Amino acid sequence: MSLAQDFSRGIMKENPVFKQALGMCPFLAVTTSVENALGMGAAATFVLVFSNFLVSLFRKVIPAKVRIPSYIVIIATFVTLVDLLMNAYLPALHSSLGIFIPLIVVNCIILGRAEGFANKNKVLPSIVDGIGMGLGFTLAMVIMATFREILGNGSWLGFNLLGEAYQNQPLLIAILAPGAFILMAFILGFFNIMEKRKRGGAK
Amino acid sequence: MMNSFLMSVIVAVPDGGEPSFSIAKMMAIIVSAIFINNYVLSRFLGICPFLGVSKQLDSAVGMGAAVVFVMVLATLGSWLVYHHLLVPHGMEYLRTITFIIIIASLVQLVEMILQKFSPALYDALGIFLPLITTNCAILGVAVLNIDDKFSLGYSLINSVAAGIGFTLALVLMAGLRERMETANVPEALKGLPLAFLIAGAMSIAFLGFAGLGG
Repeated sequence: MSLAQDFSRGIMKENPVFKQALGMCPFLAVTTSVENALGMGAAATFVLVFSNFLVSLFRKVIPAKVRIPSYIVIIATFVTLVDLLMNAYLPALHSSLGIFIPLIVVNCIILGRAEGFANKNKVLPSIVDGIGMGLGFTLAMVIMATFREILGNGSWLGFNLLGEAYQNQPLLIAILAPGAFILMAFILGFFNIMEKRKRGGAK
Repeated sequence: MMNSFLMSVIVAVPDGGEPSFSIAKMMAIIVSAIFINNYVLSRFLGICPFLGVSKQLDSAVGMGAAVVFVMVLATLGSWLVYHHLLVPHGMEYLRTITFIIIIASLVQLVEMILQKFSPALYDALGIFLPLITTNCAILGVAVLNIDDKFSLGYSLINSVAAGIGFTLALVLMAGLRERMETANVPEALKGLPLAFLIAGAMSIAFLGFAGLGG
């Protein structure tokens, strides 16, 4: 399989959120604004790329029996790095993402790629796969955050789009918890329809 | 003697302030963790098992029980290690790594002990235990207890309440999904989208508790 395929797989065909329903907790929790989504996406991509790199590098050294604990320690190391770096250089973003930074450790996308891909592939494809999956995750979060921030706050990435009047009486539920669940239902429904169309067309 | 020592450990405040314990604060923590800030429906912790194990009522109850059990043990372990090992040595930055190792080894330990001494309980909870390591609600509770500067007593209360809140959401969800099995749903919304819609409706209902805390 070529590197280009490794790269693009995570973005569309096997998008971790929309196609595999992984990483739901941070996805639903931090998509209240596009800025948070980008921050979370960057943090997760960083961890994903480096953990894929190390797991792939050590794939012949780590005994099969203790591989999952080893992966978790590798992932936790990079999560701690991201946590400390963000706290130092982006304190505002760090406090708005809050508990979801340490929780990147238990993000199933990262452990899933370590176990499902980096574990059996060479270093370079693993890094590319990490970048692709990370971008796919980020893209999914930005799409969701776009809906939620515009509906719930009338803005996009902080820019006022819908004017003062809307911002005084926004569709507040979109940035509250129920909005995340309901919007996600419609987005997944949309992907279901697309899937069906595609299959129908292929027949 | 032993009792008063235990009591002092449980109510000691982590940052060295006066030990304190009030029923009012305890009730506030319980109501908040179960209803107002329900770990699943309002904090978005533990969504994976919430969607994955909520198709049948029986397994939802089993998963809930396993989560409460591990949550309390994980809180106990992580709180003690954090305040009595990491803080005195200035190693707070190792929190994430330490906690995930504690949780992973606890889950493994519980699994082995149950298998040996209580096969009946193991049969009931066994298949859920490996899933729990990656349940973010467990790590979430451990981290939030530290962030909120809870004493050990409050931390344990908070973790029990969080586990009950998780179980409540899971059981309600499973009951609703069992009923929706036979419902006539638009083709596109079948499966996961429907589960999200139900979760959204439940989340709206739980928003109604927001005034309770005052």
